[in-house]
Formats: sequence, C-alpha cells, structure tokens
Amino acid sequence: MTAFTLKINGQNHQLDVDPSTPLLWAIRDNAGLTGTKYGCGVAQCGACTVYLGGQTIRSCSLPVSAVGRKEITTIEGLKSREGVAVQKAWVALDVPQCGYCQSGQVMSAAALLSLNPKPTDRDIDLAMNGNICRCATYVRIRAAIHDAAKSLEG
Amino acid sequence: MTVHDRSLSRRAILKGGAGLALGLYIAHTGKAFAQTPPAPASVNIAPNTFLVIKPDNTVTVLCKHIEFGQGPFTGMATLVAEELDADWAQMRAEHAPSNPVLYKNLVFGVQGTGGSSAIANSYEQMRKVGAAARAMLVSAAAAEWNVPAAEITVEQGVIRHSSGKEGRFGAFAEKAMQQPVPADPKLKDPSGFRLIGKEGVVKRLDSAIKSNGSAEFTLDIKDPDTLTALVARSPRFGGTVASFDASAALAVPGVVDVKRVPTGVAVYAKGFWPAKTGRDALKITWDDSKAESRGTAQLLTEFRTLSKTPGKTVKQEGDVDAAIAKGGRLIEAEYVFPYLAHAPMEPLNAFMKWEGATASARFGSQFPTPDHAAIAKVLGIGIDKVHLQTILAGGSFGRRAQQTVHVALELAEVVKAAGPGKPVKLVWTREDDTRGGYYRPFGIHRMRGVVRDGKIEAWSDTIVGQSIMKGSPFEAMTFKDGLDSTAYEGAHDIPYEVANFRCDLHQVDVGVPVLWWRSVGHSHTGYAVEAFVDELLQAAGQDPVEGRLAMMGKSPRHAGVLKAVAELADWKGAKPESGRARGVAVVESFDTYVAQIADVSMGEEGPIVHKVWCAVDCGIAVNPDIIRAQMEGGIGFGLGHILYAEQTLDEGRPVAGNFDAYRSLRINEMPQIEVAIVRSTEKPTGVGEPGVPPIGPAVANAMAKLGLKRPAQLPIVQGAST
Repeated sequence: MTAFTLKINGQNHQLDVDPSTPLLWAIRDNAGLTGTKYGCGVAQCGACTVYLGGQTIRSCSLPVSAVGRKEITTIEGLKSREGVAVQKAWVALDVPQCGYCQSGQVMSAAALLSLNPKPTDRDIDLAMNGNICRCATYVRIRAAIHDAAKSLEG
Repeated sequence: MTVHDRSLSRRAILKGGAGLALGLYIAHTGKAFAQTPPAPASVNIAPNTFLVIKPDNTVTVLCKHIEFGQGPFTGMATLVAEELDADWAQMRAEHAPSNPVLYKNLVFGVQGTGGSSAIANSYEQMRKVGAAARAMLVSAAAAEWNVPAAEITVEQGVIRHSSGKEGRFGAFAEKAMQQPVPADPKLKDPSGFRLIGKEGVVKRLDSAIKSNGSAEFTLDIKDPDTLTALVARSPRFGGTVASFDASAALAVPGVVDVKRVPTGVAVYAKGFWPAKTGRDALKITWDDSKAESRGTAQLLTEFRTLSKTPGKTVKQEGDVDAAIAKGGRLIEAEYVFPYLAHAPMEPLNAFMKWEGATASARFGSQFPTPDHAAIAKVLGIGIDKVHLQTILAGGSFGRRAQQTVHVALELAEVVKAAGPGKPVKLVWTREDDTRGGYYRPFGIHRMRGVVRDGKIEAWSDTIVGQSIMKGSPFEAMTFKDGLDSTAYEGAHDIPYEVANFRCDLHQVDVGVPVLWWRSVGHSHTGYAVEAFVDELLQAAGQDPVEGRLAMMGKSPRHAGVLKAVAELADWKGAKPESGRARGVAVVESFDTYVAQIADVSMGEEGPIVHKVWCAVDCGIAVNPDIIRAQMEGGIGFGLGHILYAEQTLDEGRPVAGNFDAYRSLRINEMPQIEVAIVRSTEKPTGVGEPGVPPIGPAVANAMAKLGLKRPAQLPIVQGAST
C-alpha cells in the first residue's frame, strides 16, 4: 500500500492504496464520490470519464500512481459554463433513460463544447463515440449537445 | 427535492411525524380502503400506500415497478396526478418496497416488472389512487370550510371554493386521512385529461439526478464497513469447484476473507480493486464433469440437422405439403440467431446487511417477490424479517429478473458465508456479466414458402430453440402442450392471411442458462417472419408495404401502424436511389404494434442505417415523450445487436467478455429517428420492448433492395464480436 494525495474537485483526498488501483476505484471507494461509474474496466464504455488536468480520461484504466499532482474533476465538480449548459439541455430534453452512463456522457459532451463551441453531428459522433449508452439515448444526446451549444452562443 | 431526497424516505415520514402520509390502498377489485401506516418497529415495514402528501405540498408516488430507464416513475406519477388534479411540479416518485400484496403486478400476481406491463396493469389502479385521494382532500376541505363538497374544485394542485377560499394539498393531507376512502372513485373521461397523452406538460422525474451524478445505484450504496464481494465462478455453465487455494488471495492487502459459496469462491475485501485483485489470485480447480462443453459451432450443426425435420406442431392451417406439391415458386430460408447478453450498463450487483435475525437488502430487484423469498430461505428467517428495497438500476433489458432468482440467491449465500453483522456488496464485473449466461437463446428458424400467381400460398416455419421457462415457476403460465410459448410467440400468429400455414418447434435442452431478453421470443421471430414475408413478396412482385397490407385483412392495428409509417416516411416503393434503399417491417409484441422503415446504404463493414421512421400503436398514449424515447432506444438497442452482437461458446466457455468483443452500438452508428404515435382509444399497452423487433428485419429488407441477400446468420456484421 502507498499513500497518495489526490486533488479532486478542488479538495485534497489522502488515500492509502495499492499503486495499481485504477483512479476510478480511488475516486469511488476511497474518496467516496460515486457519480463516476464503472461500466467495463477496460476503457471501452466511457462511464468512468473524468477530467485530469482538464483532459478527458477513462479513469478505470489509469492507475493512481500515474495521476501525480494533476487536478481531477468528476461529475460532482463539473461547474464550467459548458458543463452547466449540457446538464440543463440533458434535463430539458429528458435525455437519460437508465442514467448509468450519463455522468460520462455529460463529461464528454461538456469537454467537446469547451473545445468546439459549434459542433456538427459528425463532430459529436467523433467526440462521443467512446461513450456507450446501452439504452441508446444517442438521438437525444446529439440534440441536447446542439441545444447546449446554442444556449452558450453570445 | 429529488426522488432520492433522504428526507422523503418512508421511515423518516413515519417516525418523524412531520410528514402526513395519506395512506391508500386500492385493491385490484376497485374496492378501496384506508390503512393506518404500521408502526416503524420492525425492520420490515410494509407501507400500505401508493401516495404520500407532505406539508410542503409534494405528492410522492410509491412506484411498484422498477425504474431502469423505461419510465415508470414518471408514468405512475402521471396516472395519479391526472386524477388528483395535481400540478406536475409537485409530483415525485420513489420505489415501493417489496410487498407482494400491496405492490403486486396485476398481470403477474406478484410484484415484478416485465413483459412491458407497467402502464398496462397500473392504468386504472393508479388513476383510482389519484381519484380517491382527490375525493378525500375535497371532503376534508368541505368539512373545514363548511361547504358542500360538490361546490369545490381542484385544479393544478389548488383546492377552491366559489366563496374565494382556497388551499393546497399539504394543508388538508392530515384531515383527508380521516375521510372515508371512496369505494369506487369516479375516473375522468379521457376528454378531460390534462396530463395523460399531452405533449410537453409532463417531464421525467428522474432526469436531473441522472444528469448530475447524484442518482444512487446499487454500486453507489455507502454503508460503513461494507465489504465488496466478487465471486469466482466456473468458466463453463454447470461446472463446480473441485478444490481451491486462497493463500495468495488472502495475502492481497485489503482482502479480508475468502469463502466457498454454491456458485464458486467468494473474495471479500475493502473495496472493488482489492476484491478483484484477490479474486485474480485465487487458484481454483474446476470440476467440469457435469458442465455444458459444447461450442456454438457444434450446437449449430445439431440444431441445423434438427431443423430439417418437422418439430412438434404449434399451429397448422390448410396443408403446407400439399400446397408445395402443387407447384409454384418454392422459397426457402434459414435464419440463425446467436446467444445475446443483455449487458446492461450497470453490471449485476446487490447489497445486503444481515444481522442474524433480520436482514435488509437493496438492489435493482426486478421481481422483488421471488427475490425476497429466496433471500429469506437461504438465511433461514421469515420473509417478514427481510426488508427488500428496489432501487434505481442501470438498465436491465430483462437481465435483472431471473426465473432462477440466481442473483438474490448468490447475494444471500455470500452474505451468509461472511457471517452476520457484515454489510456486503456483491459485484459482478463486466466480464462476469457478459460471460455469466442467462442469454437470449441461440436458435434457428427454417422457413419454406410458396408463391404462386403472385400470391403467397404456403408458409412453414420450423424453429429450433431452447426454452426459457422450462423448470421455472413460469412454466405453468407460459407452456402450451408441452412447448414454451415464448419460443414461438410471433411466429405462429403472423398478421398475414396465408391459406396453408404451419409453425413447429424443436424444443431442445442445452446446459446454458437462458433468459427473456428485451422483446423475448419476438427478438428472433420478428426477424424470421418479417424478413421472410418480404422475400416472398419480392418473389411475388409486390410492393413491401402494399403487399403486406393486402394480407392484413384480419390485423387492422398492424395495418394501421404500417400505413402510418409509410405516410411518415413518404414511402414511394422500395427502389434504391443513389445507393440507398428502404426496408420495412411491422411487429406486434406485448399488444403494442410497431412498424419501422429503415433507410440503408452499404459501408465497408456492413450496413449503414441513416434514418428510421417508426409508427407505434400502444393504445392510449400516457406519456408521449417516453413512448418516443422507448422507440428511439429500442431501435438503437435492436440495431446494435442485429448488426454486431453475439456471444459464442468455445467448448462451453463463453468467449466475449467485454465491449471490445461484445460490440455495442455507438453514437456514430445511431440513425436519425422519427416517431409517430398512432391515436387510439384502446387500453394502454407497454413500450419498453416493442420498439426492438422490427429494426433488424427492416435493415435486412433494405439490404435486399440493394441487391444483397437478407442476412441468414446474425449478427449481420460477422466477426464484429470476436
């Protein structure tokens, strides 16, 4: 076991875990933030998407030992303009069905809008195809991203 | 407040006394009676209520159906709010606890969600709850204001009298409880509906918590000192533990215990990662002497041989053999359907605390009644000593209801092996889930048809498949003449008039656990029937839409959705244009009728589906936007599987373990979708499953118009899943 300090959503969390522990489980089991989900464990589904130093990563496949001092943002700490706009659009269009993948979808969508304020359908498909939704809410995800983009104009 | 606001928990309301529970129980017979909520002394509180009105005017509906995306929280609340004349903004929903008397599904007779029955079985019951509560609130207000009840109106959550007096529900909730419950509360005429069937008025109750990470699923349950348990199970179905060595597992920091359980070897740890690491370190010798050791290639050979002989007759009309002998064009097709995992986004899991004499379990229990009984039996305590609370689940598609109740059993065994006083979260990994069986059965349809003089003269379908219901408590309900009706549903009752018809079934035993999978038998019969009729119509030189309609004289609702979708898509025949073609299919399942038209071109890998038009007739449409969402999701779910998904067995061992091998539809593969809801005054039927079956054959039929063969072996993109 090794002691680590993770800065998550602006707060330091001390943990004593095996260095191979994926960041996902440190966030969930050690820091107690359960909005970030386990879906596959092999970076296939995107349910575990968080930001590390502002970049989206699949937290299930990054060992805690590789995190360093970079800041981690989870769905609980998503306060950016884009993040808020995306969440509003998600509610307005009733995007979620079971909802289990949606933390990851929202994180990826907000990241897309911060890089590309006016994405086309193709941009959305490219940016979002790492996030599986087994309920297949994809039609509404696309529409909600467009709506969020519009709400951020001007 | 959200649906997960702890302050809204039943126990808090009863204990604190701050909230005023309007306890109502409306029996199936329509006879209603009020019951005082029981004292919260025992662990197993059975709240006799569907409805709680708090002083802050919120109305919480206790939902007897599990919410895993298909929308019953919103649906039940809509039905109650309609008759209560509540304002939508004051409505909330949460899961009812397990109670087979109060919360039984009126179709099943036990508490459970399935068969797209939530709205269908609750439509009248929940409206009566709302109507009775409204009458009681009006009586209370009449008494308080000393005016006749008949002079009181209720509108959007406000109770009013012409004298100018008005009040909201919260103020009258306690007094309303003292009022007699109307025996047969009058329900609105549908012409007076303000919420049911209306666009844009009702929003889902669970969207916000599912967009900000605060929705609580089983994996998120936090209880101090909870151990995470992972079970190592046999890689083959039916295998058992011969011996094991736990020393390396126990040496993993964080691992606290290893126990043998009936399903394998359980590793208990402080958190998921040590449990997983510990499980990986187990050395287990498996006894496979009773395990299924056939691979899917061998099963295919065996099934194919069988399919060339007649099975047991399910339905016969006219004389197929004589019709074939008479000549005409004989057309044959074979369709092979793979094992499919449900792969809900949240893998299986369950939580329980056992204190020796009592136990409290929480998980996404889709059939609480049998799960509840199973837990009590394993723990050797009465059902009344076990509290079971269903919570939100990350999808199911059928997986969280098992005729064998294996998840509840394993939970109880794992908890029992750990010993009392230790809260345990049983977690299945994605690989456990994908390789864990309970698949949509593997099977074959062998079709023969005769087209003579532009008309379909004969139709024969020989099915080879495994029974889902055999040996289960559902056998009595679903078996007819020794055959599992879910293996042929949709194949024996095709909507087309064909003079000479036969459907027969070889019901075979395979040692692979199988299960209902979103749309059950229709997941394969829908494809077989709709691809084949399209092929026959093509041979007959008929238009896919007109040709179907001409044979649908006795199937007006099938014809209705088919006409509606043709209009929606501006159908002008199936001729391809600039590399794109349209295919059509129409399937009824669970008394809901769905027709779809898919616009398809061929890419390098396989079909690209650009757009899908969908028409649905589910009787009275309670929540139009949820119906649309279920059609969209059903199309995406069906399309992903028909294009890419299969579970194969290598000498009995499931091969695909994760989404890299069990390929799921992704956003770039999702077509645009347009849905039309056919207006109907028929009683409402479900929408969770019926969107799934038509998309596969619609795509196959479009491929045929592009000059390709309708795929005979599914998935369409072979090799996508390996």
